[in-house]
Order: sequence, then structure tokens, then C-alpha cells
Amino acid sequence: MTVVDESAETRHSDDADVDDATVLDVRGLRMRYGSTDVLGGIDFRARRGEVLALLGPNGAGKTTTIEILEGFRMRSAGEVRVLGVDPARGNEAWRARLGIVLQSWRDHGKWRVRELLAHLGRYYARYSTKDVQRPWDVDELIATVGLTPHASKKVSQLSGGQRRRLDVAVGIVGRPDLLFLDEPTAGFDPEARREFHDLVHRLADDETTILLTTHDLDEAEKLANRILILAGGTIIANGSPDELARRTSADAEIKWSQDGQRFVHSTPDATGFVRELLQQHDVTDLEVRRASLEDAYMALVHGVESGRADAVRQFEVVTR
Amino acid sequence: MTPTLAAIRSGIARGGIELKQTFTTPQDLWNLIFPNAILLTVMIFMRGATVPGTTFSLGSRTVPSVMGMGILFTGLVSLMMGLAIEREDGTLLRAKAVPNGMLGYLVGKITLVAGMSVVGLAIGLIPGLILFDGLATGGLSSWVTLAWVLVLGLLATMPLGAIFGSLFSNPRNVGIIMLPVMGLIASSGIFYPITNFPHWLQWVAQSFPVYWMGLGMRSALLPDALASVEIGHSWRHLETVGVLGAWAVVGLVVAPIVLRRMARRESGSSVAARREKAMQRAT
Repeated sequence: MTVVDESAETRHSDDADVDDATVLDVRGLRMRYGSTDVLGGIDFRARRGEVLALLGPNGAGKTTTIEILEGFRMRSAGEVRVLGVDPARGNEAWRARLGIVLQSWRDHGKWRVRELLAHLGRYYARYSTKDVQRPWDVDELIATVGLTPHASKKVSQLSGGQRRRLDVAVGIVGRPDLLFLDEPTAGFDPEARREFHDLVHRLADDETTILLTTHDLDEAEKLANRILILAGGTIIANGSPDELARRTSADAEIKWSQDGQRFVHSTPDATGFVRELLQQHDVTDLEVRRASLEDAYMALVHGVESGRADAVRQFEVVTR
Repeated sequence: MTPTLAAIRSGIARGGIELKQTFTTPQDLWNLIFPNAILLTVMIFMRGATVPGTTFSLGSRTVPSVMGMGILFTGLVSLMMGLAIEREDGTLLRAKAVPNGMLGYLVGKITLVAGMSVVGLAIGLIPGLILFDGLATGGLSSWVTLAWVLVLGLLATMPLGAIFGSLFSNPRNVGIIMLPVMGLIASSGIFYPITNFPHWLQWVAQSFPVYWMGLGMRSALLPDALASVEIGHSWRHLETVGVLGAWAVVGLVVAPIVLRRMARRESGSSVAARREKAMQRAT
């Protein structure tokens, strides 16, 4: 039985920084429907164990991007390598290394949770490697996503949140090297969301590379090592949550009280300003607020949507 | 064991699980038994009448014919409905996301439909044997004929079910197919011999599989003397194999092409779009 034949996979070798640890390599990816460009040439990479969040307003091309990487959609142009393979030509051994969390609706309603996971796991058994034992042990997996009390329930009897956990379990049953999560926590209550975040961290610790899309900036900030912001079919920002917040808005806002009065001041050099302030005045209620990721995101997306291309270029962050 | 073989085995297991689910879900059981109960009632009322030109009960003649029709219903209609519904609800997309999952899914569906056909035949045959006289089930040849007509009938109808199920993106439109199917059944000699029908209608009936599945089942379960009221005064096994075989070959060539084309188009957003549409209809 052959597993993945490493030598058969085509890799680019034109670039020194593309190596074995490069899981995603996207260059000049374009998608055109009729005369509209949904994706206008996007570039990004992901290394093993990295958690990437794809952010962007509706219609920005997030889902299209993910579906191209999953091999579910053909691209119009560009070079794409997912686990070293062109997803348009990925075989079943390649597919076995991917995990896809789909939004379930009412499929497999008559199946019992344990039965479904055990069945889907069977397909991965042929694709174990010396490093990765596939599939995930069913009971362990059920415990990992917190469905143990519901293991023998029919899928149709699960609550919305429980179904989403099952979706995640189905996505990771094959112990994927690369996991795609398209808006994973839509419909989660805060507790389920917290547990899901813990699960993502655990998967990332096991060297699983994760690409997720979300609308929730707070979530992206908590989970992702790197955030890509997609708007108008291009990546307008690419960097760690911190970097993005810093680069988009250099100014910090400082508030304080002095002689019973409230003051507000914006400055790029918050530390220097505060030092001086404290030396010279009798200040109380000091408060320093850095621009949040949300401010950054709003500024970026607003810039694109109002067509100010120059404004965007100014914000552009290039980090590798 | 190759991954393909493993997927086929997983598919058979999948079919087994779904078959078990069918028998433990009251709604599914009702769907299986109810049409048979109606047909049985109709046939009981036909018991008094005789097949024209003979003294043989028309009700008894109808028992095997209806079993032939049953193959059409499970092979074509249930596969078609199953595929259309499971495409809409994302079952197929799940299969696509799993290595060799589409193969497993398809083998599972075939196993399920074949299993349901066998059960369907039994549901028709057992009360038929109890309530009707004159069915010849004594010899081994009856069972052999029944078996090959079933297998060939499924091979002729399942690919058609797969093709139609792939062409309709909305399961509620599948009903369009049901009208011609009903018309075909009415003209295929299931409930009444077609020897008195206009010639052109006889030819139409004989070019489709239903007529031959009914004839094949009659040849398995009726006394040989009854062949005299069929077209050509014979059970025409050779022609049965020929016509059903031709449908099977055409279906097995076309179905994979249509299925592949359909599967290629499945993605998260296409399922989401259908879900949205279905939700709008619901409100």
C-alpha cells in the first residue's frame, strides 16, 4: 500500500523560501466569472502549524479562495500548491491529508454520531503514515469535540451547536495536515466558542496547519498567527494581528484627568508623551489605548470599498 | 487491499447501515409497506376476473407483474430521489471531501437500493403466495429466473435513476419524471395484458424496461401455459435479456459521465445556495 509518494509531488524550486514546511503556496491566483474578477491575483503562503485567518467583507472572495484550495473549484489563473500539489490535480492520497469542515444542514440525519464518525474514518485508514495514525480513534475524537454524552444520538436530534461540533469532528477525523474552516463558529454560544478555540490551539500545537475564514475579528485575533484581509478580490493586508493594528493606525489615544478636567490626545509616540505628561503634571485616571485590530480592519476595508486605492497601498503590509 | 477496494467495502457497509436505518425508521417502513398494501388490495378485487382467453385469475397474474414494476420504483425512482435530496442537503459534498468518498457513497447507494428491491419483492411475494392461487414457485428455475430478472432489471434502471437524479438540482422537480413513468407503467401490461392494445403502443412499451421486467417476473412465477397470452405466445427470455441488457449498457456508459460532471460542481457554496433557496420556500 502506498501512502503519499513525496517524490511524485511537484514542487516549485524556483524560490529558496519554499521548502518542506510550506503547506500553502499561492501566487497570482485569479478567478473570473464572466467579465467580473472575483480574485484579482492574490499571493500568500502558510507554513506547517500556522493558523491563518482570512478576513474580509461578504463577497470579498474568501469562500472562492478556500474552495479553490480545497480542489472543489477550478481557478482562472495563477500557481497554487496545497501540500505541494496543485489542488486541481490532487489525488485521493492528497485528499486524505486535508480536513474540511462543512456547514451541515440536515444530511445524515438518521445516522448516529458515533456510527457516522466511525464510518467516515474508515476511508482514511489506508492513508496512515509513520508519523500520522489515521483515522482518529472515534471515542477519543468524540471526547475531543465534547460530544461524548451524545455519541449514540441520531444526528437529527442534535442541537445546532452540537451539530457544528460534529461538523468539526467530521473535518478532523482523518487527522489532517491541513484543515479548512469556513466560518467555523457561526451559531456557537460563547462557551462552545471558547471550547472550539481551545481545540484549534490544540490542533495547531500538533502541527496541523489551519486556514479559517471568519467575520469575527476577536476570533481572528485569538486564533490566528497571521491574518489576511481580503477585499475587492485582493489581499490588502497580511500580517500578525499586532502588526496589522500597529501599521494601520500608528496613533495611540491617551486620556487623562487633570485638575478635575478630562483630556484626550492622539500621538504616535505614546510612551514619550506619557513620560512627559507624568513628569510635568499631576495626572489621574490615565488611560492609553492602542488602535485595535477592529479599527485597523475597518480602516482598511473602508479604504477599499470607497475606492481609495492609494489609501490601501499605504496600509499594505508585507510580512513573510 | 487497495484504497479503491477499501472504499467499495466501506460503501457496502454504508449501504448496510442505511438499510438498517430504513427498517428502524417508522416513516421509511410506512413508505415501503403502504404502496404494497394498496396494490395488494387492488389485486384482491381483481381476483374474480380472469386473464382474457383463459380461466386464470387476473389477480394472480398481476402479482408477478407488480413485482417487476417494483424493481422500477426502487431502481429508478428511489435512487433518483435519494441522489437529488442528498445533493441538496450536502451528503454528497461530505462524500467528496473524503478520500474515495464518492465511490463509497455510490456503492452505498447501490447496496441500499438493491437491498430495498429484495425486501420490496418479498413484501409483494409473500402475501401474494398466501392470498392468490396458481403461482408456480415450486421449481428451482422459478427462483433462478426471478433472480436474474431482478439483477438485470436493477442494472437497467439504476443508472437511469443516477442520471435523472444528477440532472435535477431541486428534488421537488423530480416529480416531472413521475408522470411519464406512470404513463409507461399503464401501457406496459403490468395490470392488464397489452396484446389487445394498438400496435404502436405495444412497440412503445416494448422499447422500455418496465414491460420486460413484468414479463420476466411473470415467466418466473406463472405456469408456462400462461405464456400463450403474451406477445409472440412466449416468455421471450432472449428478448428480455437483450432489451434490459441494452438499457443497462447505455446507462452504465452515460451514468458515470453525468455523475462525474455533477460531482465536479459540488462545493460548499453550491450547497449553501441550495439551502438558502430551500429556506426561502419554507417561509
